[in-house]
Amino acid sequence: MANTIILNEKSFQNAICRIANDIIIDNKNIQKIAIVGIHSHGVCVAKKILIKITRLADIGDKYQIPFGTLDITLYRDDLNDLKIPVIKDTIIPFDINNKSIVLVDDVLYTGRTVRAALDVLMDFGRPKSIKLAVLIDRGSHELPIKADYVGVRHNNAKGFIKVKCVETDGVDGVYE
Amino acid sequence: MSFKCKDLLGIEYLDKKDLQVVLDSVKPFKSLFTRSVKKTPTLIGKTVVMLFYEPSTRTRTSFEIAAKRLSADVVNVAINTSSVIKGESLIDTGKTLEAMNADYIIIRHSMSGAPYMLAKNLAASVINAGDGFHEHPTQGLLDLYTIYEKKKKIEGLRVLLVGDILHSRVAKSNIWALTKMGAEVAVVGPPTLIPLNIEELGVKVYYDLDEAIKKADVINILRIQLERQFESLFPSVHEYVELYQVTKERLAMAKPKVLVMHPGPMNRGIEISSDAADSSNAVINEQVTNGIAVRMAVLYLLNPRRGNVYSN
Amino acid sequence: MYIQIKNIRIVDPSRDKDFIGDIFIKDDKIVSNFSNNADKVINGEGKIAVPGFIDVHAHLRDPGYEEKETIYTGTCAAAKGGITTILCMPNTRPLIDNAPTAEFVILKAQKEGLVNIFPIGCATKNSQGTELSEIGILKRAGIIAVSDDGFPISNSQIMRRILEYTKMFKLPVISHSEDKELSKNGVMNEGKNSMILGLRGIPRQAEEVMISRDIMLAELTGGYLHIAHVSTAGSVSIIREAKKKGIKVTAETCPHYFTLTDDVVKIYDTNTKVNPPLREQKDIDAIKQGLFDGTIDCIATDHAPHSQEEKNKEFDLAPFGIIGFETILSLILNELVDTGVLSFSSAISKITCNPARIFSLDGKGSLESGSTADIAIIDTNYSYKLTKKNIVSKSKNSPFIGRWFKGGVVMTIVAGRIVWQV
Repeated sequence: MANTIILNEKSFQNAICRIANDIIIDNKNIQKIAIVGIHSHGVCVAKKILIKITRLADIGDKYQIPFGTLDITLYRDDLNDLKIPVIKDTIIPFDINNKSIVLVDDVLYTGRTVRAALDVLMDFGRPKSIKLAVLIDRGSHELPIKADYVGVRHNNAKGFIKVKCVETDGVDGVYE
Repeated sequence: MSFKCKDLLGIEYLDKKDLQVVLDSVKPFKSLFTRSVKKTPTLIGKTVVMLFYEPSTRTRTSFEIAAKRLSADVVNVAINTSSVIKGESLIDTGKTLEAMNADYIIIRHSMSGAPYMLAKNLAASVINAGDGFHEHPTQGLLDLYTIYEKKKKIEGLRVLLVGDILHSRVAKSNIWALTKMGAEVAVVGPPTLIPLNIEELGVKVYYDLDEAIKKADVINILRIQLERQFESLFPSVHEYVELYQVTKERLAMAKPKVLVMHPGPMNRGIEISSDAADSSNAVINEQVTNGIAVRMAVLYLLNPRRGNVYSN
Repeated sequence: MYIQIKNIRIVDPSRDKDFIGDIFIKDDKIVSNFSNNADKVINGEGKIAVPGFIDVHAHLRDPGYEEKETIYTGTCAAAKGGITTILCMPNTRPLIDNAPTAEFVILKAQKEGLVNIFPIGCATKNSQGTELSEIGILKRAGIIAVSDDGFPISNSQIMRRILEYTKMFKLPVISHSEDKELSKNGVMNEGKNSMILGLRGIPRQAEEVMISRDIMLAELTGGYLHIAHVSTAGSVSIIREAKKKGIKVTAETCPHYFTLTDDVVKIYDTNTKVNPPLREQKDIDAIKQGLFDGTIDCIATDHAPHSQEEKNKEFDLAPFGIIGFETILSLILNELVDTGVLSFSSAISKITCNPARIFSLDGKGSLESGSTADIAIIDTNYSYKLTKKNIVSKSKNSPFIGRWFKGGVVMTIVAGRIVWQV
């Protein structure tokens, strides 16, 4: 598959910045939000957003935005197709009741991952709201789910998209 | 991931990699237990049949809770009222259950190899919940996990199994699991209750508990069947208690952080004294909790051949 | 009826003969020649003629268990295997502990059997091991040995009496040597495999203890003892020592005891459940040595048919026993002759002249003129795969299903009549 760059290191950073900005504008009281990343690349993206918000909103030492990770394997609707995936940790180290959750994934495509992630979150309690942030929105959604904060939109229904993060792949970038 | 078997019949058939996969898979399930909703939709629409030919409370309950927490539909086949009494063969019973679309059959049977027979003849996943003197693989896995959780490793640990090794499927599954993961396993008990060829599994044999207990990191105490004294396997419960009961005094001879385990149900005052069972070294209740998480992991990891295939 | 088998290699261990020539059959007898033209000429080129096989240990299940085997189906299977004479065990229903049942078996064999059948009578009434059966009357009815087979006689005094009493009839006493207390609840060989499988084991000593006792009693009484289905290395050496001392004892083993180890039990295959149980490699080696040095005189099948319903059970519940008529020669050829353990002639002696001598079967086990025309014709190049479908026996409980064999019987003649042909 051709490795066409959609986002390079710089535009990757810009996209994160855009999302962080939109979240800050949207949430007057930043202390009410919590960020939850979906394994695996959603977690990296979520961490970057968290750092960006902390810096942009200038809340550095005073306050730490609650952060969680979430694995949807046990909630998937296609387990039978899969070669038993490794389950990663779902860690929500805060009380989600009445929190404004920002759910973060790398790519929004069919919407099924997000559907499952919503179910996982609901099993932890009753958040005030859940909003969705994604680095790339590929379009071609199969469920009535849309992202509230989008890094870039890039319609590519048939192809594939690969997100790489410094933490796991040594470089930030998005390829198709 | 290597764990792609249809059935779990015994730990003998698993390799180190499979065991590590199980160990790594348990934690996410255990973390569910502290949530407000302790359930996931993983096995929604799947049917789990519990086919218990031997009485069992804890294993059956543990499997049932595990399956229900994964949202499976659980059916208990009551053996007393079933067609077994009418002389139906095990294979026919299995085929009938499969015709009712059972995806998983969890079987306990007094005869070794019964789960194997079912697995050979059915497409459903068969999980051995204890067969004769053969194996009790989920108990072996939950014991392994409990040790792993507490000691953070298995390799190099000295694990001592105490009591009736000859008639113990729990001992067998523990020996396979622990030796495959690199632990040093020893058994102690009267020679009449230790199989002649056990050393061929890489196990050290002791007859003197006081000697065996000294270097142990883990002591797993097996239930002694009181009937065995009538088969001339030991002279009396009185003598057994004298020679092999794990007591607080004997625990003092072991390593200070020794884990005390028991697969249950315990005969307090026989194979284990009450003060040993209730001591801070005992992880007997953790074993029970872990049992559910381990069985959830097993249900998750096994792959029944049947199953809806979505186009996604 | 005159039959001539032309240009065939004739191997007759009873006379230590091995040559290429013709066999002449006049009616039911082998003759040295005949002047008139043969009614039937069989071209024997490339094949080997040997005496028809004598199987001294088999269960025909008739009367009483016709769902497993009948005299008809059993003798068909035997004919396919080259067996022309069967000694059948008395554990039918009713047991052959009385003259009418013995006579029934003999008459039914004459009526529908394809091969010769000689019944073995019970040594004790109802095979209970407490009172002698009417051995003299049974002998008149036609039995040629006594045995309680699967119900070994635990009482040593009774065993002594049997060995003593049978002396006057010159009847061999066949001992299924098993200490039932040592083997109690056991279903396979006791060893590493039984421990791993969680199945109760039968120690070798369950067999060896009883063989030792029976040999001592044979020494005491001068009775004639024949040890059935030797399965362990220890048994072989005990029997070897006894023979050295001149005690009247003979012994048999079965093809599965020199072919299979208890490794094959590993998938809980009930077609490997047999009594005595399959042992280990060192036992196989000792049995082969025992066959080579003559400690073990003959090879029998212990053909023990069981229905699929009975075998398709939990290992503990399935009955002991496997069928063996149809594979006896191929196993002997592949496991003993092809591997150089026995010469062809010596291998054939274990299923022909040796059993004929032990059980005084006059005119059988030989191709000498004047003998009964019981002949097996062997093609060492005939290769085939044993499948459930091509098993002739009514029961299919063979551990060898799926195995390829090279060399087998292509024609069987009983008393001058061709009863089976490939």
